[in-house]
Amino acid sequence: MDNLFLMLAPLFSSKLLLVLFFGTLFGLILGVLPGLGPTTGGALILPFTMTLDPLSAIVLLTSIYCAGTYGGAITAVLINTPGTPAAAATCLDGYPLAQKGEAGRALGMATVSSTVGGIFSVIILVFFAPILAQLAYEFGQPEYFALAIFGLTMLASIGEGSPVKNLIAGAFGILISTVGKDFMTSIDRFTFGINELTEGIGFIPVVVGLFAMSEMLTQSTLINQVFNRIALKAIKLPSKNDYKKTWKTILRSSGIGSFIGVLPAEGGTVASLIGYSEAKRFSKSPEEFGNGSIEGIAGAEAANNAATGGAMVPTLALGIPGSATTAVILTGLIIHGVRPGPDLFREQPDFLYGIFGAMLIANILFFIFGFFGAKIFARITLVPNKILWPMIFAVSVCGTYSLNQSIIDVWIMLFFGILGFFMRRYGFSVVPVIIGLILGELVEGTLRQSLVIFDGNWLMFFTRPIVLIFFILSLIALAFPLIRSKKINRSYDKV
Amino acid sequence: MKNVQKHKRANKSLPFFFKDEFKVSFIIIFISIILLFTTFTFDVVPPILNRGIQPATFPKALLIFIILMTLLTFYLSIQNPWKNEKKLPKTFFLTLLSFVIFVIISKTLDFFLAISALSIFVSYCWGEKRFFYLLLVGIIFPIIVFIFFETILGLRFPPGIITNIYYS
Repeated sequence: MDNLFLMLAPLFSSKLLLVLFFGTLFGLILGVLPGLGPTTGGALILPFTMTLDPLSAIVLLTSIYCAGTYGGAITAVLINTPGTPAAAATCLDGYPLAQKGEAGRALGMATVSSTVGGIFSVIILVFFAPILAQLAYEFGQPEYFALAIFGLTMLASIGEGSPVKNLIAGAFGILISTVGKDFMTSIDRFTFGINELTEGIGFIPVVVGLFAMSEMLTQSTLINQVFNRIALKAIKLPSKNDYKKTWKTILRSSGIGSFIGVLPAEGGTVASLIGYSEAKRFSKSPEEFGNGSIEGIAGAEAANNAATGGAMVPTLALGIPGSATTAVILTGLIIHGVRPGPDLFREQPDFLYGIFGAMLIANILFFIFGFFGAKIFARITLVPNKILWPMIFAVSVCGTYSLNQSIIDVWIMLFFGILGFFMRRYGFSVVPVIIGLILGELVEGTLRQSLVIFDGNWLMFFTRPIVLIFFILSLIALAFPLIRSKKINRSYDKV
Repeated sequence: MKNVQKHKRANKSLPFFFKDEFKVSFIIIFISIILLFTTFTFDVVPPILNRGIQPATFPKALLIFIILMTLLTFYLSIQNPWKNEKKLPKTFFLTLLSFVIFVIISKTLDFFLAISALSIFVSYCWGEKRFFYLLLVGIIFPIIVFIFFETILGLRFPPGIITNIYYS
């Protein structure tokens, strides 16, 4: 009961409500704009959170996360371009339905299923995060090392694209984290005599570079692209018949999304594809899929928003991000001096339940904003790229510079922008780099500390049951692509 | 689907060293080998201070892993070639050039001026010819961003010909 009151606390704080309102609005705008999204937006807004207290800062980031994930559906339905990668599967049926003159119905279903998926995942978060945190008390350094390895193998396994390329990208991310002074011996590594590099490569320049700047370069190759926009009159709430047809799909996809979200992978993107393909598998009319199936929209949208709460579970309970956006949220927590993990649940329940409550309210807020304002948000896509991207560049540069007041950070951002562009061009996802970078210190730190505990004996890892379980799960994760390729490839081809 | 197969066929007919999969794998392995050599220049901690492994061991292991995985990627690409990417348009190279111009101007003249120059240059290259919009993205918006960061976050931008006038 006390926890319920703590969850409702944001409702009684005008400051938090204002932050939630702004975060949801900003998240929706980011979600609507193709190429941006909650990850880039969260990274760009991170410097501004320094002016806020820790709870307000994280509430801002999480509301951007929830609303941004939903916002992608608006562009997916109206211009057949996913505003965020997580909305890719929504295009498959959203746009065909809109072409039939039922854009309002498609967006209505997307809004309702996103809200249900989001709220469902918050409930999962409230129940499972404390349990996971409790389990984490049993973890020592070797267990955390094995867990981090499991996280990385999962990322390679169920993340978007080639598993081997994902492993390379993840290892590259960890390698970036080794730049600077070694935390155990203070020996310089990969600094090449540049003083600014002794502190290491910051997270924000890498994220902004890999997401915002690489997207700017991608947009430079698409300036002649013409979008066929479909006019939206008004969003319609789903009819009784639609509810009857989709309630099972929404619940199933909410469960799938929450589960996928908990795994350290690409969160919403993978969740929506699996949610979509499962909706098709269980549907009584699978032939409608791809031609404007209302179940297809419900399956994809419930799953991608359900992944938001799921992804917060390992982020808060273990300090291991469940997606690229939660990696940004994790950075926000660390910047504000909050250490995620089991102690957080014991020492700061008001902080945690404040976040849970804020996520719940954000899901309701984006329903209201989406329902009444989708027409206005859809117009944001009319801002031409030749105006929008130079502006994003100005904000990216100033935002990156502001964290350490270092011009080197800006150059690092530009470097990663170019690198990110070529990575995407040749089929390397940039998300594993981000996750690798944020997990890098944990992987190396726990490995080295474990070896100190084991007196340098590597075989001792296999004497600990939890470590063994994680290693076996990692092996299964690496074998998983063989099993999944048959199932998901059809969905990827279509997207 | 037909286009992808067409691309794959076109890619198959090229000598292997012209293929994207070879070029990308070669670059990754080449850089990894250079970095691997760099790890041999890291200071070595005396055994009495070193608990566990040397600071160079972990990066070495990662680099070897990256090299092995890249070789595997190349091997897999022989069986399943990558699709041939379209040639990059002129606007891409102009945008890339604008990044270089930004670095040069921010280093030599002024940070704010560099943002303005890039914004105008990119917007113009991407097709914006209307004066008001160029003014908006190149002058008005950067000024708003500058003032916002300066006043709200208390950020001090690096010295330069324009920022010096503002700060003095």
